Amino acid sequence: MAKMDYTADEMMTIAAARMLRDRQVCFVGIGLPSAAANLARLTHAPNIVLIYESGTIGTRPDVLPLSIGDGILADSADTVVSVPEMFRYWLQGGRIDIGFLGAAQVDKYGNLNTTVIGDYRKPKVRLPGAGGAPEIATAARDILVIIRQSPRAFVERVDFITSVGLLDATTDRRALGIHGNGPAAIVTDLGILKPDPATRELTLASIHPGIAFEQVRDATGWPLKAIDGLPVTEAPRPDELVTLRDLNHRSKLSNEKAVA
Amino acid sequence: MAELVSLRQAVDELIRDGDTVAMEGFTHLIPSAAGYEVVRQRKTDLTLIRMTPDLIYDQLIGMGCARKLVFSWGGNPGVGSLYRLRDAIENGWPRALEIEEHSHAGMANAYAAGASNLPFAVLRGYRGTDLPNYYSTIKFIDCPFTGETLAAVPAIRPDVAVIHAQKADRRGNVLLWGIVGVQKEAVLAARRSIVTVEEIVERLDAPPNAVIIPGWVVSAVCEVPRGAHPSYAHGYYNRDNSFYRAWDAISRTREGFLEWMTRHVLGTRDFAEFQRSALGVPAYRL
Repeated sequence: MAKMDYTADEMMTIAAARMLRDRQVCFVGIGLPSAAANLARLTHAPNIVLIYESGTIGTRPDVLPLSIGDGILADSADTVVSVPEMFRYWLQGGRIDIGFLGAAQVDKYGNLNTTVIGDYRKPKVRLPGAGGAPEIATAARDILVIIRQSPRAFVERVDFITSVGLLDATTDRRALGIHGNGPAAIVTDLGILKPDPATRELTLASIHPGIAFEQVRDATGWPLKAIDGLPVTEAPRPDELVTLRDLNHRSKLSNEKAVA
Repeated sequence: MAELVSLRQAVDELIRDGDTVAMEGFTHLIPSAAGYEVVRQRKTDLTLIRMTPDLIYDQLIGMGCARKLVFSWGGNPGVGSLYRLRDAIENGWPRALEIEEHSHAGMANAYAAGASNLPFAVLRGYRGTDLPNYYSTIKFIDCPFTGETLAAVPAIRPDVAVIHAQKADRRGNVLLWGIVGVQKEAVLAARRSIVTVEEIVERLDAPPNAVIIPGWVVSAVCEVPRGAHPSYAHGYYNRDNSFYRAWDAISRTREGFLEWMTRHVLGTRDFAEFQRSALGVPAYRL
């Protein structure tokens, strides 16, 4: 098929969708994670089980929900449970393969901040807060993060650890009693970062087509390293782009519809 | 036994200045009309508890009704910030707001503990996060059987829980469905409760496992059609996404917010009048 033009956001969403496997159980955050998870479901992973913290299990929304509790999530779910049941039986119960999160800030060790920029007691910017993320980050087997890359978002050390990643160079997650493995990959609009197995530092593991390494380095608040023989991410395929654009278009129309 | 009363009477009699009030509803069935009535009656010094503060608490906080907020995610879902909440935290306007912040898992467990008449909830939570560094209400304990370290948070025991549901019958039995959130736990954890409903019917005709809150654990039931707007009531009306977007503009400045609240909430007698005033035209009379 002919090569198609695409945006950096489309590349990011498609690269993230590709990291999900069919039949996995995925606990999905709203926004960018939700778009990528549903793209995976509509392309290569038709049997993926999507779970949202509002209580919807096995949901198959035809359009992307604007909020975590839109009616379409309940209408298209296998079952809807209460919020305490969701966090107790399903998340803490160890049923989740992949926790799929967004964030305002991520640091060198994959710790996530969605709470404040600046000092907690005197914040420069007050962000929404934790939501379900702290326990998703520790209870899911693996964590996938999707976030646009910039020096403000990619910092040496987050201002506040809302959801723990790999902590720091020396502390082991397991010593804190955390069972999950933590961040497996951070997918951005410039590339894919993965923790270095020895140092735990997030390291560039794949670069998106047409992006220079210097560009990624300049968008990162610590001296970014890349793996040897850095591969280039496969460009979006036409089928992926068409499916994503259809999904975004349907969602836009649906969310703009006036109140019934 | 639940009394079937007007929302004005329920708020007047059951919510007192200084009370701890939990108005719940997870994106769905948010008791917005009850929030407006609390503003209208100028209740003050409230401790507000809610997992997702949403527009309803942005309004109460911006009008100075709250002295403290307990929450786990405070944004305008799908849109952005809650500007009145941020102004209160960042600048203390219109008054200083004490906050107590949790994760969803922590709050959901704390409600369940409250409903269970336990002093605290235990969970695998808050590990590695900075929240416990700021709050004495998040502690870690050792499991007496395995020695595993677990998080503990105090049970939530509100003076009053306020929720919205689809239906009630004349004996005050309440039926809700769809995304049911923590509403049942909130009502059972609270000393008093107010339930607004889309309609009061002769018979609920619900299947045996439906989420029903028996009338004898509810203080007051009020019929308030569309009382969850701009959130939604499954089976009745959809989420009004355009209002959530409009709120971003209405609430961005103190002046714009106060003008809107004064005109449409303080300047109306009840939710029906509010709807005619604020929602009568598509642009929400910005």
